[in-house]
Amino acid sequence: MSHNDRRGFLAATAGLGLVAIAPGVHLMQVAQAQSQRAAGQPATKRQRWGMLIDTTKCAKGCDVCVSACATENGINETVADPRQASQWIRKIDIKDPQSDRQYSLPMMCQHCAEPPCVDVCPTGASMKRADGIVLVDRHICIGCRYCMMACPYKARSFVHQPLTQQNPEVPRGIGCVESCTLCVQRIDRGRLPACVEACPEKAMLFGDLEDPNSEIVRRAASAATTQVRADLKLNTGVRYQGI
Amino acid sequence: MSLVPHSRAEERLFYVLAAVGGLVVAIGLAAALHMEHSGHVVTGMNNQVVWGMPHVFAIFLIVAASGVLNVASIGSVFGKTVYKKRAPLSGLLTLAMLAGGLFVLMLDLGRADRVIIAATHYNFTSVFAWNVFLYSGMFGIVAVYLWTLMERRMNPWSKPLGLTAFLWRLILTTGTGSIFGFLVARQAYQSAILAPMFIIMSFAWGLAVFLIVQATMFRWNQMTLHPTVLKRMKNLLGLFVAATLYFVAVYHLTNLYFARQASFEKFLLVDSEFAPMFWIGQVLIGGIVPLVLLYLPSLSMRCGSLMTAALLIVIGAFFTLYVFIIGGQAYPLELFPGMIVSSSFYDGQVAQYAPKLPEILLGLGGVGVAFLMTTVGVRVLKFLPEDDLTHLDQAAIHQGD
Amino acid sequence: MRRAATLLALGVLSWLTLLVGPVGAADGVPKPTIRIANEGACIAPAEEMRRNHMDMLKHQRDRTLRQGIRGEKASLNECIECHASKSTGSVLGKDHFCASCHAYAAVKLDCWDCHQPKTGFKATGAKP
Repeated sequence: MSHNDRRGFLAATAGLGLVAIAPGVHLMQVAQAQSQRAAGQPATKRQRWGMLIDTTKCAKGCDVCVSACATENGINETVADPRQASQWIRKIDIKDPQSDRQYSLPMMCQHCAEPPCVDVCPTGASMKRADGIVLVDRHICIGCRYCMMACPYKARSFVHQPLTQQNPEVPRGIGCVESCTLCVQRIDRGRLPACVEACPEKAMLFGDLEDPNSEIVRRAASAATTQVRADLKLNTGVRYQGI
Repeated sequence: MSLVPHSRAEERLFYVLAAVGGLVVAIGLAAALHMEHSGHVVTGMNNQVVWGMPHVFAIFLIVAASGVLNVASIGSVFGKTVYKKRAPLSGLLTLAMLAGGLFVLMLDLGRADRVIIAATHYNFTSVFAWNVFLYSGMFGIVAVYLWTLMERRMNPWSKPLGLTAFLWRLILTTGTGSIFGFLVARQAYQSAILAPMFIIMSFAWGLAVFLIVQATMFRWNQMTLHPTVLKRMKNLLGLFVAATLYFVAVYHLTNLYFARQASFEKFLLVDSEFAPMFWIGQVLIGGIVPLVLLYLPSLSMRCGSLMTAALLIVIGAFFTLYVFIIGGQAYPLELFPGMIVSSSFYDGQVAQYAPKLPEILLGLGGVGVAFLMTTVGVRVLKFLPEDDLTHLDQAAIHQGD
Repeated sequence: MRRAATLLALGVLSWLTLLVGPVGAADGVPKPTIRIANEGACIAPAEEMRRNHMDMLKHQRDRTLRQGIRGEKASLNECIECHASKSTGSVLGKDHFCASCHAYAAVKLDCWDCHQPKTGFKATGAKP
């Protein structure tokens, strides 16, 4: 259990964020992610990519983000048994039995700072990139599915059959485990994840959790945000508002 | 080491058995190839129940493999002559079942063709990776241990090696239990009691397997088990079964104590398809009936009772693991405690799993591997436990046999 | 008994020989057909590529995936761009770039279990 310093990032960045909200300092950051990283440069710890999802804007029955993800990542295979199908992102409908309050939200890999999938992976195929994106290195994934046992969010899927229709930018295939990559192929080129870009309600905010001037940090400083299964202290990179 | 002379009938029986074992292994391999080629789509496993029947078989074989070594340990480490005579057979069974379990585990991998990566890339925080060490170490230690037992010049080394093997197997079963014990995400698993529970279970299951194999070998050789030996082994088996039941009770009672676990326990023990498997399969068949057979005075001193009890314990073991592995995964993950959730990915629903033929055949293939190795082993080398009937109660009399 | 075994062994050997193909020609096994759809400069001379392409790709894959380094000299997708067949758009298939040579060298490839072997392929999405 290292990186405990990260745990307090919201508290710390909140303070910085407030300082940074001097009028006029933060302009034109909303729609565009960070600029493209230069060729040959590795991802660094100076950034940590994350997402803030406003569930009050997320409409029940809308699954534009799910479709956008499927298109971007080439999740197009037909699987006879739907229980064996891959789902990188899914909509969960939630109802509070006490109050009858209902809401809906997209659930995907939460890109934990302390990911259990990475801890349990026997070969190191499950990995966290320096900028916080949790990925599967399919070159050394042996398909044991231990990470799927360990993930509290059911974020991972196992590819049960041979695939041929992959997106050239998004390799995925039989016998390996996969999950949301935060659209790493887009992020590295300075673009937003497909789901974030597609959301008609602008309910998903993507950004750098380490950057005190980023929209996501400023929003987190002003509104109550929640981590799903916060009791596990995984320090998730995806956070929710309005739960 | 001496080769054993065989009669013609024995010869024929051996080839029949070897052929049967070989066939089961071949079918298991074919099933694995089918899974490898078509993908796990041909199995009943899915993205909700990710570990299925192969893991039930594999974990049974691995846990029982470590448990069966106890017979040797009691002989070598604690110096009991009766058990010393049985140490070679016990070591052989350990190797055979460990090989069978790993056969299943490796061939079930999504990328079984890349299994070598498990040996070239280690992630040291992974309990699985520790187990790769523990299993391969176990093979080496037990193989050398067998050598010290069977090669007279090496006999003096059998005690330290027996001790090493004993300690190693304790760690190994702890490791196997910890595969589940460290899973914080799932309500069924995250518990420190799993490691000791697996050790106790391995004692019971291993001894049961040993007794079945021993009884079979004795029957073929027209030998009968000496009543003193029978009594000792039956009492030991009963003790292990009772201890297993105790641990199972503690595991579930502690779960019931925590409010957030209560609904899981209700699911497993009352509401689901796993409830009858638990009560009838695990508790009754695998626990209470064997205890009655082993301890009821009118039954307990019959060879048949011991054999039946051992068989029931093995059957109960499979129920135990099915309830534990499949039942533990079937209960929905609680992402939003107290809420009613639904999604296209079956959130909030009990996961369904129906094993299909390939995964069952693969599991049986692992049993076949263990069977084949044992059959060949007992034919080629001298593994039959031969008790010194006249001196059964005197220890350490056989220095130079 | 021994005679039968010898005959069997000879039979198996001759069958294997047939499988492998015509041996005894001056060149040995027929050379693979290497057609390069888009002629032009590769990232290194052909000799070096033949010898080292696997190392280049392997190191690049680890750097790109695990460290996030983009825009490297070696890239599997770039290989495909130049070397895919004009007719099928793929580097796989009997006479095409990757497959023919790897069949010749008897080196199994599992790149294509995950990577797209076709050039300019556009994946469609279907909501699961």
